[in-house]
Amino acid sequence: MSFITGVGLTAFGRHEGASSLDLMSQAAELAIADAGLKRGDIDGILCGYSTVAPHIMLATVFAEHFGIQPTYAHAVQVGGATGLAMTMLAHHLVDSNVVKHVLVVAGENRLTGQSRDASILALAQVGHPDYEVPLGPTIPAYYGLVASRYMHEYGLPQEDLVEFAVLMRRHALMHPGAQFHDAITVADVLASKPVALPLKLLDCCPVSDGGAAFVISREPTGEIGVRLRGCAQAHTHQHITAAPALSELGAEIAVARAKAASGVAISDVRYAAVYDSFTITLAMLLEDLGLAGRGEAAAKVRSGHFNCDGAMPLNTHGGLLSYGHCGVGGAMAHLVETHLQMTGRAGNRQVRDASVALLHGDGGVLSSHVSMFLERTR
Amino acid sequence: MSGSKQTMADWTKGAEAITYQSCAACGTLQYFRRSFCVNCGAPDPEEKCASGQGRVYATSLVCRAATPETRAHVPYNIVLVDAVEGFRMMAHGDIDLAIGDQVTARFAPFAGRLVPYFQRITP
Repeated sequence: MSFITGVGLTAFGRHEGASSLDLMSQAAELAIADAGLKRGDIDGILCGYSTVAPHIMLATVFAEHFGIQPTYAHAVQVGGATGLAMTMLAHHLVDSNVVKHVLVVAGENRLTGQSRDASILALAQVGHPDYEVPLGPTIPAYYGLVASRYMHEYGLPQEDLVEFAVLMRRHALMHPGAQFHDAITVADVLASKPVALPLKLLDCCPVSDGGAAFVISREPTGEIGVRLRGCAQAHTHQHITAAPALSELGAEIAVARAKAASGVAISDVRYAAVYDSFTITLAMLLEDLGLAGRGEAAAKVRSGHFNCDGAMPLNTHGGLLSYGHCGVGGAMAHLVETHLQMTGRAGNRQVRDASVALLHGDGGVLSSHVSMFLERTR
Repeated sequence: MSGSKQTMADWTKGAEAITYQSCAACGTLQYFRRSFCVNCGAPDPEEKCASGQGRVYATSLVCRAATPETRAHVPYNIVLVDAVEGFRMMAHGDIDLAIGDQVTARFAPFAGRLVPYFQRITP
């Protein structure tokens, strides 16, 4: 068994002068305090990567900087799926008695530490160096290709796609730490600058500074336990050129494996935290995961199904699209928000019942997937 | 590429050609060059030159590029094309290409090199 015993999240946006290590340290401090633990209680460290400050041994760089001498430490790299992949590994580490308390941490000054072009260029390198990158694609272009095909096969109109951007912004308006605080409408998204059509600027998550951390422990440290019921991965390809058909992508495989590992059904889920790098990512993943029927996700957005007071509250902090995206920490904010909801600490965003949650992360171009079920134990 | 017996230069090497590999043992086709078959592992799949004919699978019109070299070309259309031979590839294409269009390849300059560029076949 394993429990998420503490979470920490910085505001996302601009943190002028803060390094990746600074942002990691801030989030780690918050998570350890939230778990009611001290630095010395942490015996395992898993960390993500920083594109601003790449290092071949980031976990030990961080451990030294933060003042911990762990018995187990290394970095993990699975793109946007890294946060949940680290959580999955932490679960297995504590479950098999390798360590007692794992600190999972990531942070990056991606917005102020480098130019936006540098960020876009660094991320485009997930493409094939010989057969894709020379063509000048960007991450939005890789997802734009996916969007064009999904819209073609399932008849998803652009007006439906942009609903997800509006929903995430509406949620972000309730979180003081979110990068964006201005309301947007469907018309605003449709009128925003073209980036990689069919994706426009407001279909895309921003580049942010920020940090996030959690502590995964063998036993609960507080009154309310948030137990990791089960999780699983799927990796079908790296490059979009080599991706399988839309009906054979990894989200469906990962969630089926996670259901089998946990014994949890989609009908048990009360809260959803789903990777949303682009509007198309969220639309597809909701349908792939079974949180909406094929072609029905946008209608569910319009009917309020995914609102804080809806039947399936989704990314109530605003997601990558509007809370922000600082790299690995970006999708970790989804788990932080889930934990706050499950422990009744989400304030004005608090949902009625978050007793069982489904989380899903995606790395690359729908290449790597991690699905995870959490359950409140008391 | 190490260990592969590459006999044909293709656009990734500056030549005006699209090549792919075919496994003699299991018949699998692959576009990304390797020294073995990705399906069965048999060594030295046969290299073949593609006709350049295919059908558009997906498109994305890039309007925001990330380098000065690529920015000079915006907007440019990134396409995934299913070649008639049976493999999928990424390339450039006419801005008005739609999914399902039958297309044929030529080669066009882009950011200091030649890249495959698809245009619609007029029936």
